[in-house]
Amino acid sequence: MSAVTPTSWGRYPTARPRQIQSCRDVQALALPDETLSRLPFGNGRSYGDVCLNNNGVLLLTRRLDRFIAFDPATGVLRAEAGILLAEILALIVPQGWFLPVTPGTQFVTLGGAIANDVHGKNHHVAGSFGCHVRAFELLRSDGNHLLCTPEQNTEWFQATVGGLGLTGLITWVEIQLQRIANPWIVAENRRFASLDEFLALDVEYEARYPYIMSWIDCATGLGRGIYMAGMHAPPGLLKSPPPQRRGLTVPFIPPISLVNSLSVAAFNRLYYHLPRPARGLIPYQPFFYPLDNLREWNRLYGRQGFFQYQCVIPPANAHAALWEILARIVVSGQGSMLAVLKRFGDKTSGGLLSFPRPGVTLALDFPNRGQSTLDLLERLDEVTRQAGGAVYPAKDARMSGDSFRHYYPQWVEFSRFIDPRFSSSFWRRVMEH
Amino acid sequence: MRNLLIIGATSAIAEATARRFAATGARFYLVGRNIERLAAIARDLEIRSGQPVVHESLNLDQIDQHPALLERISQTFGGIDIALIAHGTLPDQNACQQSVTATLAAIHTNALSVISLATLLANDLETRGRGTLIAISSVAGDRGRQSNYVYGAAKGMVSLFLQGLRNRLSSKGIQVITVKPGFVDTPMTAAFEKKGRLWAQPDQIAQGIVAAVERGRDEVYLPWFWRWIMLVILHLPEGVFKRLTL
Repeated sequence: MSAVTPTSWGRYPTARPRQIQSCRDVQALALPDETLSRLPFGNGRSYGDVCLNNNGVLLLTRRLDRFIAFDPATGVLRAEAGILLAEILALIVPQGWFLPVTPGTQFVTLGGAIANDVHGKNHHVAGSFGCHVRAFELLRSDGNHLLCTPEQNTEWFQATVGGLGLTGLITWVEIQLQRIANPWIVAENRRFASLDEFLALDVEYEARYPYIMSWIDCATGLGRGIYMAGMHAPPGLLKSPPPQRRGLTVPFIPPISLVNSLSVAAFNRLYYHLPRPARGLIPYQPFFYPLDNLREWNRLYGRQGFFQYQCVIPPANAHAALWEILARIVVSGQGSMLAVLKRFGDKTSGGLLSFPRPGVTLALDFPNRGQSTLDLLERLDEVTRQAGGAVYPAKDARMSGDSFRHYYPQWVEFSRFIDPRFSSSFWRRVMEH
Repeated sequence: MRNLLIIGATSAIAEATARRFAATGARFYLVGRNIERLAAIARDLEIRSGQPVVHESLNLDQIDQHPALLERISQTFGGIDIALIAHGTLPDQNACQQSVTATLAAIHTNALSVISLATLLANDLETRGRGTLIAISSVAGDRGRQSNYVYGAAKGMVSLFLQGLRNRLSSKGIQVITVKPGFVDTPMTAAFEKKGRLWAQPDQIAQGIVAAVERGRDEVYLPWFWRWIMLVILHLPEGVFKRLTL
């Protein structure tokens, strides 16, 4: 596709950068000497405005996409920051390695995975992406190249992991991969009829499976859903490479959202009752990346775009707060198509602004219907705040500055590490209001 | 395992093409100007292909160096299965209009050095009786336009030369492919405002080049729709065409 004005995945809000610059070489990288603020832009898969910089400069990183080193014996991989996780998987899976942590799409860049300290279905055992980063280089606007590891320039490491691209440009990254015996996944599905059942299933499954997530039907308000667990298949079970998937593309942006109360209710009912094997082998792609096969799926939400809402609630308050959130959604009549529930473990990356913390996380999406949607999300924020939770910046386009500072009291310390020439639409929004 | 020689290996189209061949298993000999960039690309391709990659830095304008280059390749690398000539510059048309030196330099880089290499490589492939020679020309070489006729004239010479070469070698089992990309979003075109559907990404061109090799094509417009655009442009009467602002 042509290089047009970059948007985020939620296609809301829109922002016009004053200037767009494509970064090409790690060696010859010189940040533009300009008074405008800059922000790295990877593959535009964050949902709100953490990747946008209205009236500033966007530094496109997708062309920084070379491998620098890979040791198939130890699983240590170093690559430039603009490479996609999909490109890494294509290289490493046939050689018996896998990403230590992966989000729900493989179309994010390495740099973006660090800047948002992304998490995956294995958070309860592996923590977030930042836990597996051995080193990266941070280029500051003053021309300094900082080598950051958990031991060296530690404070810069911790500010940059989850640092939303504000501490400088990540030029390359070194991560530790995990060994796998085969590219298939042993997957298990269980229906649950209530939130209580979900929490009980969690206790049972967490010890047995490294990958866990649940889909929850939030059209009916019953708290019912499907529990999905998986593990990399052991050797010998099946060795053939997974079939290549063709995939479909949503060809255009419909004028109005195709995701509406009718389709959401129908989809949720269907999804809950759809027959699925209790236990089986599936390739890793549909297990980890079910939506990657439907390219440009964000277009389904129409021209107005959509909101994601992902919060985490501490364990003690999880049950009550989640009930309250689901109740408020049902009352609003703005059901979510894909509601995802997962328990986070105790392991943290140390990132100052990292989102994952112990508790239960719930991710929802809502077509943008203007003020009524904004009002609903504000009502959900009330619950999250009272319960001592937090909202995920990578998926946010609307939380108030008050809420942000409440969720992330470390923002004061973090501010010291922001590059004086860097800023984002998100950061200005949550600092100004 | 195919042996690929890539000339102008640091060009965005060449790099994207090399990656696609690397995924199918290939050995590379890379030639380019910028040594740091060349080394980074070589390392990347080694990881992607699992094979050692040879690279050398050379100013390709020095045509008298070409025979020695081919000699080094045949001694250290072995027989070439696929040779891709991808180097080039996009000259400033206005500067060329004011300077014969700039015009001839652009023709030298984009046409004469390509023809020199194509001649040597074609003879090499002919001796071995097999192989594929690919060169990146351009839609700009199909018809002269006021906005870039110096570049267009050089590319037109390349297209015509390759056409003759293909005719000469078709009975010898040698494949000669002329690649004519349209607008591509690369560092070479960094000065242009890239909007609209006519602009393609380097990997789209790479995909077309790999497909052209596998399918035994002679001449490819990339992306495909340029064939139809150029068909129209080629058939406009000169009396009309000369008045257009293109």
